[in-house]
Amino acid sequence: MDSHDTENPCGTRRGLLKCMAWAGTGIVWSVVGGVPRGLGLGGTALAAPVDGFSFVQISDTHIGFKAEANPDPKATLQQALDRIAGLPHKPAMMIHTGDVSHLSKAEEFDTAAQILKGAKLDTHFIPGEHDVIGDDGKQFFGRFGGKGAAPGGWYSFDEGGVHFVALVNVLGFTPGTGGTLGKEQIEWLERDLKGKSASTPIVVLGHVPLWPIYPQWGWATDDAAQAMAYLKRFGSVTVLNGHIHQVVQKVEGKVSFQTARSTAFPIFAAGQGPGPGPMKVPADHLKAVLGIRDIAYAPATGLVIADSTLAS
Amino acid sequence: MQYAIARRARMLAAAGVLLAFAAVASAQQTPAIPPNQVVIDNFAFAPATLTVAPGTQVVWINHDDEPHTVTSVDGGRTFKSPALGTDDKFTFTFAKPGTYKYFCSIHRYMAGTIEVK
Repeated sequence: MDSHDTENPCGTRRGLLKCMAWAGTGIVWSVVGGVPRGLGLGGTALAAPVDGFSFVQISDTHIGFKAEANPDPKATLQQALDRIAGLPHKPAMMIHTGDVSHLSKAEEFDTAAQILKGAKLDTHFIPGEHDVIGDDGKQFFGRFGGKGAAPGGWYSFDEGGVHFVALVNVLGFTPGTGGTLGKEQIEWLERDLKGKSASTPIVVLGHVPLWPIYPQWGWATDDAAQAMAYLKRFGSVTVLNGHIHQVVQKVEGKVSFQTARSTAFPIFAAGQGPGPGPMKVPADHLKAVLGIRDIAYAPATGLVIADSTLAS
Repeated sequence: MQYAIARRARMLAAAGVLLAFAAVASAQQTPAIPPNQVVIDNFAFAPATLTVAPGTQVVWINHDDEPHTVTSVDGGRTFKSPALGTDDKFTFTFAKPGTYKYFCSIHRYMAGTIEVK
């Protein structure tokens, strides 16, 4: 019985209790391509993985936003960080998937940096389109640029056996649908992945969704298919996006796409509002539509993702 | 009161009832949309194509809560606004005849054209 517990904790009576303890706090298990994954229902944090590590994703902090949908995104960002500090396990790092600022203003970046510093976590950033207005990201990359980043701002790094690829898809100098990566970045990606074994778990970071969720509102990346072609051979690819301020998930073969909630304000569901702009909700409901994402990785389980709201 | 009028005007413009808007606006003795103005409302430039005479100063005004830019399709070499917040304006004078296409560099699917002839 005990040996079964370690192999498949949900397959035995005792293990099932463990699973239920977890499920009871809001995680639903699903098995995708042989990789077990937990999808948070907004209620919980993950347990610390055995032989692995965990990290958190925040997105779309929009410091500087002050319209009705959230007059104080500084406070909600702080609440998100408090939530992260309260996790039962300390994350190895934090990922910010863009739109740190609302209008790319120096004082917005300053304020964001000041608040984020309080998390005391090694943080990896990619820009959103709100971070590169007017100067093509010069200020953003100067403050939040990744170590060893290419001139275009993209970079990669390794953590606990997982290879992370941080892409920039918000520097579009011509009209288009949504995000764009560009030839140079796609060629870099091919080179970056070349020597990697197919069993290396890959996590891809990009601000604008890397699959077409709703192109009418720009929720797509024009040339993402080319980038995805280089990722196909890997056994586990997880794409973490922001931009749309809500959780949308899709699995395509061994690739799982996940957009995250914002810490600032919600946006209408695809096609369900006048446009992809801020959605006003009653003030006492705001925390229920903002959130963070907790991601645990262990070789035995792969990546397990839990989204939770600031209200839970 | 001014706020209410602005709101009403925005709703009508969003509905694309531009003629009705002009009529209502003049009935309320507020100025109609000038012929050299492009309004940004609900993630769209209106009118999408504006025709003006050479030497005209065109004014864009953003009525969205979301910021937008006005950027010529040559990567902003001909004209390029900073981020326009709510009710911010950007102006550019078109000296020479031609077709000038532009877009919002934040929302790249938002496109417009200025015809100068």
